[in-house]
Amino acid sequence: MKKVNNSLHTSHFSSPFHIVKRDDIVWWKAWMFRVISVILALIVCGVITISLTGINPVKMYLTMIEGAVGTTRLVWNLFQNTAILLCVSLAVTPAFKMRFWNIGAEGQVLIGGLATATCMIFLGGTMPTPLLILVMLVLSILAGAVWGLVPAYFKTRFNSNETLFTLMMNYIAIQIVAYFTLEWSVPKGSGTPRTLEMGQLPALFGQKYLINIIIVVIITVIMYIYLKYSKQGYEISVVGESENTAKYIGISVKKVMLRTMAISGAICGIAGFLLVAGTDHSLKSDTAGGRGFTAIMVSWLGKFNPLFMILTSFLIVFLQKGASKISEVYRLNPSFSDIITGIIIFFIIGSEFFINYKLKSNKKETEAERC
Amino acid sequence: MEQKIALELKNITKTFGSVVANKNVSLQVRKGEILSILGENGSGKTTLMNMVSGIYFPDAGQMFIDGEEVVIASPKDAFKYKIGMIHQHFKLVDVFTAAENIVLGLEDEKGFDMPKYIEKIREITAQYGFELDPDKKIYEMSVSEKQTVEIIKVLFRGADILILDEPTAVLTPQETVKLFAVLKNMRESGKAIIIITHKLHEVLSLSDYVTVLRKGEYAGTVKTSETNEAELTEMMVGKKVFLNIERSEPENCTDRLVVDNISCVNREGIKLLDSVTFTARSGEILGIAGIAGSGQRELLEAIAGLQHIDEGKIIYIDPKTNQEENLRDKSPMEIRQMGVRLAFVPEDRLGMGLVGNMDIVDNMMLRSYKKGKSVFLQRKAPKSLAEDIIERLEVVTPSSSTPVRRLSGGNVQKVLVGREIASSPTVLMAAYPVRGLDINSSYTIYNLLNEQKKKGVAVIFVGEDLDVLIELCDKIMVIGGGKIAGTVDGRNTTKEEIGLLMTKTSYEDNVKKGGSDNDEKSE
Repeated sequence: MKKVNNSLHTSHFSSPFHIVKRDDIVWWKAWMFRVISVILALIVCGVITISLTGINPVKMYLTMIEGAVGTTRLVWNLFQNTAILLCVSLAVTPAFKMRFWNIGAEGQVLIGGLATATCMIFLGGTMPTPLLILVMLVLSILAGAVWGLVPAYFKTRFNSNETLFTLMMNYIAIQIVAYFTLEWSVPKGSGTPRTLEMGQLPALFGQKYLINIIIVVIITVIMYIYLKYSKQGYEISVVGESENTAKYIGISVKKVMLRTMAISGAICGIAGFLLVAGTDHSLKSDTAGGRGFTAIMVSWLGKFNPLFMILTSFLIVFLQKGASKISEVYRLNPSFSDIITGIIIFFIIGSEFFINYKLKSNKKETEAERC
Repeated sequence: MEQKIALELKNITKTFGSVVANKNVSLQVRKGEILSILGENGSGKTTLMNMVSGIYFPDAGQMFIDGEEVVIASPKDAFKYKIGMIHQHFKLVDVFTAAENIVLGLEDEKGFDMPKYIEKIREITAQYGFELDPDKKIYEMSVSEKQTVEIIKVLFRGADILILDEPTAVLTPQETVKLFAVLKNMRESGKAIIIITHKLHEVLSLSDYVTVLRKGEYAGTVKTSETNEAELTEMMVGKKVFLNIERSEPENCTDRLVVDNISCVNREGIKLLDSVTFTARSGEILGIAGIAGSGQRELLEAIAGLQHIDEGKIIYIDPKTNQEENLRDKSPMEIRQMGVRLAFVPEDRLGMGLVGNMDIVDNMMLRSYKKGKSVFLQRKAPKSLAEDIIERLEVVTPSSSTPVRRLSGGNVQKVLVGREIASSPTVLMAAYPVRGLDINSSYTIYNLLNEQKKKGVAVIFVGEDLDVLIELCDKIMVIGGGKIAGTVDGRNTTKEEIGLLMTKTSYEDNVKKGGSDNDEKSE
């Protein structure tokens, strides 16, 4: 009887399998999928590399690793970049957990950087450096928080669309920063950004990026605890999961929204502060460097968990650094490194599909019964 | 006369992930026959019929139409075999007329000819005894009229096999009687009809045969004339169930919650609640009956501080001090801080009462997380509460750290009701607390409500099953169009009496609404 059924359905059904949602997946299986996806991505990239450029893919991958961690300087560079990207990602995470789509991190970072640069230029030399740095930090936090609060205020007051609003705020920030970059450039109007001497973050143990990394580590730990164990973090989760439940319980959705966006903007402000005072020692309209958008991916890939996000931000920075080295060494069009990065990220995101769903063959009925 | 088999299913199986929705289900329905598919919520009735109508594709099994084996892989295929399904949730375009909705998506090679179609619609309505104005817009219609449109829609397309999914869930008793008359007319003209239901008395009064599903499995088919409620229940549940709700005499009743003349108006200026006045007394269960969407939700939400009130007041009388407090314009948090122990089991359990993605412990915390001065959460007390509820109410769950969305409907409700009762309330409001629950879980909930009543809690119970309301409640208040149509004594009322009150207001409401719509048009 069963055999008859089998042949009946396979002969009539056009697609060989259908998609079924998984109930739950053990953690090691999920990680196995992720590892497999990276391996597959590397294979596909290899095939594409050979067929397009004729370069030996194994050599290419070695170049990539060398580009990311080849020298001590590069390793520090990698950690520093990871730290900044992680910082921005940590900033957008509470907003995302609340289902408030803050895609304005880019602008919030820039405004924080602008506040820092302003302090460095105008207050530099008027007060002791530690005090100056403190003022810079506080003002960049405030600036970022304001930039985050504006869209949140309009959302709570007029129910405006936060996605568009935060996006638009980016352009405003970019233009303001572009104006001041030109204004402050040396010689004035040349567009070469001024090097900001006063108020640079100090080097610890001879490593100039170490302080950045330490600050971000502290933020990561605080954010992890805040989201998981604090009452405010709990409120963020409830509002994000269901505004109706939040209202039913008596959580003021507006208050949580404003508070969370202030936090989100504030941490972006810190990222701007670290970039200007700790890394670049200058301010340009591309100081944020697209991190505000990359951070969205880091946050999602890390499932809004600050600890996972350490991994995802590291992975993405590693890929970026490695891929740009490939373009450099093999004198390839820079787009090629983007293609490689794109393929790898595509596979990693794709693995999430297989973690949440499985394909079930229409042929094997026994399998259907087993699971 | 030998009746021909119109539709036959053999050993249909369908799984979703690890959930077996249907397993080896077989059934037959003949021309000129009404078959009921009976089963509790979640027993796979709708899934089975969705396969017949081409929405899902079975994992295994065979289907036969008029004795020929067929494969139905899409709704178009179902249509080809003249199968029409009327879903529980109507799929109509609100701003179109009945006729426009009926012909929507029709591919007529001879060109589009509305007058001809309307003529045909009138023929169908006359033939089976429907009442429908083809030119009436959907948004002006009552639920029952919308259902009529859906039925005519499939008949218009020539369906010979009609499947109705819980058709009476949204109807008043009187409308149900009308619908049944129409279905019987269709049977006379040789249509094969399948109705999906979980209401026993409907099965007995309407159908020729009953196929029972239990947890996705085929539990048997019986001839309606040779069975009774007890036997069918046993088939559904798998064991003998005593269908009696105990109702104790109310003791020491005092006024607890006085709702005084409240009105609520929404943004469009429509009155959601219109001068509602009633008193809920301690130690009593006050039932609220009415057609779905008549203001039940708004009323409970207004009391809970979730709905803006435009007029009137809500007075809470403290059981210890006899002090009176006005709850109007207070947020749920403020109400709790005033010391008013108001528990509310909302209609939308996972969307309002609970957070689906959070585990049971975190859901327990919803009411109490703010306690204490610490900025950090205290998970100890909610965890022991969660474990206590799991044990006491027999919640089936792997652990207290399982997200509630993974629990079955009955267990979700136990978690929610358990949490609300744990706050030892003085007023307990429950909106449709047994919707979607199997019989055993439903009785657990009834018992919990009764327990609270005995403890002296003022219980407000919004229900849809009139039989249950009559058995459980001390008083039943009927609401229609946001107005109280009347209050009856649960001990000596009848379904007909309540049904009349339900329709009275909705009829008046429709007349008024229709009138105002006309005014708008003439402007």
